[in-house]
Formats: sequence, C-alpha cells, structure tokens
Amino acid sequence: MGDHEVEALLRVADSCLVLAQRLTGWCGHAPALEEDIALANVALDVLGQARGLLTRAGELEAAGRDEDALAYLRDAPDFRNLLLVEQPNGDFAHTMLRQFLFDAWAVELWPELASSTDPVIAGIAGKAAKEAAYHLRHSAGWVERLGDGTDESHRRMLASLEDLWPYAGEAFLDDDVDRAAAEAGLAPLPSSLLAGWRARVEAVLTESTLPVPPDPWWQRGGRQGRHTEQLTRLLAEMQVVHRAYPGARW
Amino acid sequence: MTGERAAWPLWEVFVRSRAGLAHQHVGSLHAVDARMALDNARDVYTRRGEGASLWVVPASAVVASDPADKDSFFGLDEEFRHASYYVVPDGVHGI
Repeated sequence: MGDHEVEALLRVADSCLVLAQRLTGWCGHAPALEEDIALANVALDVLGQARGLLTRAGELEAAGRDEDALAYLRDAPDFRNLLLVEQPNGDFAHTMLRQFLFDAWAVELWPELASSTDPVIAGIAGKAAKEAAYHLRHSAGWVERLGDGTDESHRRMLASLEDLWPYAGEAFLDDDVDRAAAEAGLAPLPSSLLAGWRARVEAVLTESTLPVPPDPWWQRGGRQGRHTEQLTRLLAEMQVVHRAYPGARW
Repeated sequence: MTGERAAWPLWEVFVRSRAGLAHQHVGSLHAVDARMALDNARDVYTRRGEGASLWVVPASAVVASDPADKDSFFGLDEEFRHASYYVVPDGVHGI
C-alpha cells in the first residue's frame, strides 16, 4: 500500500474528525433541546466514521500510529481535511449550511467507498452511507426552513451562503493522490462526485428560495495540508488534553 | 430566541419497537412542523435502536379524560366483568 492511498484516506478521515470537533461546540448551545441532541448524534456519527478510517490509515501506513496518534499528535500542516469543515460554527444557519454542503458530498462519497477494494474501508462506508443519508435529511430540512423562513432567517442563510460557497468545491478537485487512489480502486475520483452533489445542492437551494451562486475560484489546499488559521485553534483545543497527559485514560 | 422557542408546538411521540407490537407513547417534544417532529423523535427517542416505526401527533389533537370524571369513568366496582368472579363448578372441562 503506497503513501498515496494513506493520504487519500486521511483526506476523508480528517474531514470527518474536524467536522465532529466543530459540531461538539454546539453541545448545550443549540436553539432547542431536541436540536442539541440531534447535533450531538451527528457529531458522534461523524466521529465514528473518522475513527474507523484513521485506524485503517494507521494500519496501512504501518508506522505504528493508531487513531489517537493520528488525531492528537499531528499538527495543522499534517491534516488533510477540507477547508469547509474547519470554518467556524458562526450562527446556527452557518453551521447548518456548512453541514448541508458536507452531507451532500458525503451521500455521494460513502456509497462509492462501500465498493472500495479495501474491505475494511468498504465496511465502514456501508454504515456511514446510512448515517449520511439521515444527516442530509436533517441539514437540508434546516436549510429549507431557514432559507424560506422569516426575513431574518433568510438574511442569515444568505450571508452564510456567501461566506461558505467558495469552500464548497474543494471536495471535487482531483490531484495525483486522488488519481492514484482511484486507480487502485480504493476511493472514487473526487470529480466524479460533482454532478450528483451539484444537482442535490441546487435543488435544495432553489426550494429554500436561495440563489445558486456562480462557481467562484474554489478555495483549496486543505487536502494538501495548507489550511486557514481556523484549524490551528481548533486543534489546540482538541489536542490539549492528550498532549498534556499522553496516554491518559479514564 | 426564548420567546420563539416557547412558541414551538408540542408533539406526542409513539414508538413501535418491532413488528407485531402496538405503538407505545414514549414522551413528547417541540418542533415547528411535522417533518421536524419526526426527525426530533428519531433523534431523541430512538438513539439506541428502540424503534422500528414512529408516530408523531400534535399534542393539541389529544383529547384527554377529565380528572373530575375519575369516579364515573374508572371508579366502578364491577367485579363480574373479571373471569375470576365466577365460580367454576367441579367437573366442567374445557375452560
């Protein structure tokens, strides 16, 4: 197994891990008790996906790193997550739109990964596909409710769209790592997921009375380790306990 | 936000745990529409595989008995409606 395959796995695993960390920031702060639990459920699902893939990446890398070593002992330039998921939570509309853009990608990705040539990845993806389908139902529901809601909720959704849209397309840009992983049958080519994602996103935005923005120059680099300043702060909080007390258990 | 949240309607949640059983009332929740009520019911009441089917019903649609009617509804002493009221004579078979 080459480095390219491990890299390709980390791109998905890290995106899930960083999103899970962002979502846990809502714990105890969501607009309603029911939504608080819903967001925690999503966070736990996405964290579980990250754990499975990180563990597998560590096994394939064969350098003795387990999921904890990969999650807690790498610095920002070693992370391979999408820039989208490291963006701050903002208000509830912002979080939900970020989630929707991610979920619309995830529901395209997981069914493809379920037929990965790596049986462990295929197993993780089969479960994740079911989880992602529900996450999308939840986040799309909120995008529609807020977009087609009050003047205030529409305004906030519109502001979130302007803010997040430039980060939405990174998931579909291929590079040599992706091509090697696709060639090995490990993961689909990112660009192959774009048409499905676009159709779904455009349908929901239209239903939400929100405009479909033109394609900008997509912000990129996260999947190659070049991140916004947001990730460093997120990791500082996520990793502090493990770094202060290596190997601590309770 | 508190004011708006207070305006979210209340829904009653019923879960059927598996095929063949009846839906059971498990609790209530707040949601702005039926879809959110179903989603919230899924998230709040079926997190640990409790359910195979969900019903959500607007709490305003429930018609409840009046506690003042307790005696006339439930306080009747009609033991003859229980099988144990009847003495079965010796030698009777098949019941």
